[in-house]
Amino acid sequence: MKSKKMSPQQKNEFMWGWIFILPTLIGLVILNIIPIFQTIYQSFFKTGDFGRGNKFVGLDNYMKVFADEEVWQSLINTFKYAIVEVPVSICIALVLAALLNRKMKGRTIYRTIIFLPMVTAPAAIAMVWRWVLNSKFGLINNIFGVDVQWLSDPKIAVYTLALIGVWSIIGYNMILFLAGLQEIPADYYEAATIDGATGMKSFFYITIPLLSPSIFFVCITRIISALQVFDLIFMVMDKTNPALSKTQSLVYLFYDYSFAQKNLGYGATIVVVLLILTLIITAIQMYAQKKWVFYN
Amino acid sequence: MEKEKSKMSIFIHIILIIVSLTMLIPFCWMILTSFKTVSETMQVDPFVIFPKEWKIDAFITVMKEMNFLILYKNTLLMILFRIICCVITATLAGYAFARLNFKGKNFAFTLVLIQMMVPVQIFLIPQYLMISKMGLLNTTFALVFPGMVSAFGTFLLRQAYMSLPKDLEEAAKIDGCNIGQTFLFIMAPLTRSSMVALGIFTALFAFKDLMWPMIVNSNKDTMVLSSALAKMQGQYVTDYPELMAASLIATIPMIIIYVVFQKQFIQGIATSGGKL
Repeated sequence: MKSKKMSPQQKNEFMWGWIFILPTLIGLVILNIIPIFQTIYQSFFKTGDFGRGNKFVGLDNYMKVFADEEVWQSLINTFKYAIVEVPVSICIALVLAALLNRKMKGRTIYRTIIFLPMVTAPAAIAMVWRWVLNSKFGLINNIFGVDVQWLSDPKIAVYTLALIGVWSIIGYNMILFLAGLQEIPADYYEAATIDGATGMKSFFYITIPLLSPSIFFVCITRIISALQVFDLIFMVMDKTNPALSKTQSLVYLFYDYSFAQKNLGYGATIVVVLLILTLIITAIQMYAQKKWVFYN
Repeated sequence: MEKEKSKMSIFIHIILIIVSLTMLIPFCWMILTSFKTVSETMQVDPFVIFPKEWKIDAFITVMKEMNFLILYKNTLLMILFRIICCVITATLAGYAFARLNFKGKNFAFTLVLIQMMVPVQIFLIPQYLMISKMGLLNTTFALVFPGMVSAFGTFLLRQAYMSLPKDLEEAAKIDGCNIGQTFLFIMAPLTRSSMVALGIFTALFAFKDLMWPMIVNSNKDTMVLSSALAKMQGQYVTDYPELMAASLIATIPMIIIYVVFQKQFIQGIATSGGKL
């Protein structure tokens, strides 16, 4: 039956192997692999009004995307968001992880509190920050006696959103770094202490280099997920917010076109742009990993 | 030296306390606001921090308007079904990918990796069309659907099996176990901690997911917490005591679960490698 004969043992493993992976494989193919191609296929079609009809238009959607100022603006917004959220959250999380990676009083309590936003529904986070930052009745403006339009000034709204993003993701990054720190043998630090290295020095000369694979990995995954920012912007920015056009992200546009306006063709095209961006970053990661990262 | 050490330690605590306060203040504000009256929240001169009277009216109204029991039930069902499906399929596949040699394995594993590399939004339009063609919009099945298998989970369990020693299987084989028995009785029980990690990861991901429930669900009988809160915000734009009360009711159960199962949470998240 097969050109190469399999021994009973191999046959056995072949059979069991496929039985074991089949449920996952069927699920993956139906839910993920085929949809990738369907979405790309969809991006060559124009959807009629109210989501009816599908007309092949070739590259028209892509031409439209490239000429669409709204899309370009959303790309800029997304990048602005990522450029603040990723480095700031990573730096703070790194310092916190280093501080908490020792026996000390209250360690668990600090860790629990810092992680708290991660177990909170995004809608609740958005609502409470909207309220805290409310320009008239908000806590921040009234306590500090300032009058800043945190969320409706088109110049600063996107950075405010990025800082809320930082607030909600720090705990998560910190846990990832703490896990990485567990793998650094304690004798490295002991040796450094004997050599007279203080906390700061051992942070920069031991922690950072030895943690670099972990830092790098967290960086890449954070950039990729910052490019997909949606919940926060969708929940915080009203349709009537004057800063909406300066804050809406690529995925926000994708959602708006695909599911609010039912323009599936254009929505698909936008998400293909996101796919390409993500793949570029992944390629950079694979290339850079070989070059920069210090592996033990 | 000792003195310097304790000075350092005080300094560290100060930093950590400042960060912790920054984390907690929005939650405290949520609690304080939920007990105020609307007019208290709209008062700026003087600015009201603590409510004059701790009123529970906002909670009562919100409980009447939104059926939280149903929302909890729907959220729990979605999470449970996703966990069951994910953990079973990922354990099986993870074992095969880590420990068995068979034709087609590498190709199949490439599909797992591809799924992990592309942004999830690329699946949404076809997934939505599938659910809508099957006539299953506004059902629990629709909520569970995209989370039935997990490429990340498969990868996680594969790593877990790869770290187990080889001789376990050989001993089982000598005792006359076939591959299925070896997996079920010897190997699978040893990866329990990874299964728990995957379960927690799946639960958190499902709980926080907003876009998919909004896409497939507009009926209030099958709605989940995340999308119900989002919808509520649109309806009660300025009634902040009510918005905060609803947020609190939606948030507290997960926080309690987290505080109780903290150790497992932290471990589960630590293995997620930034995929959340």
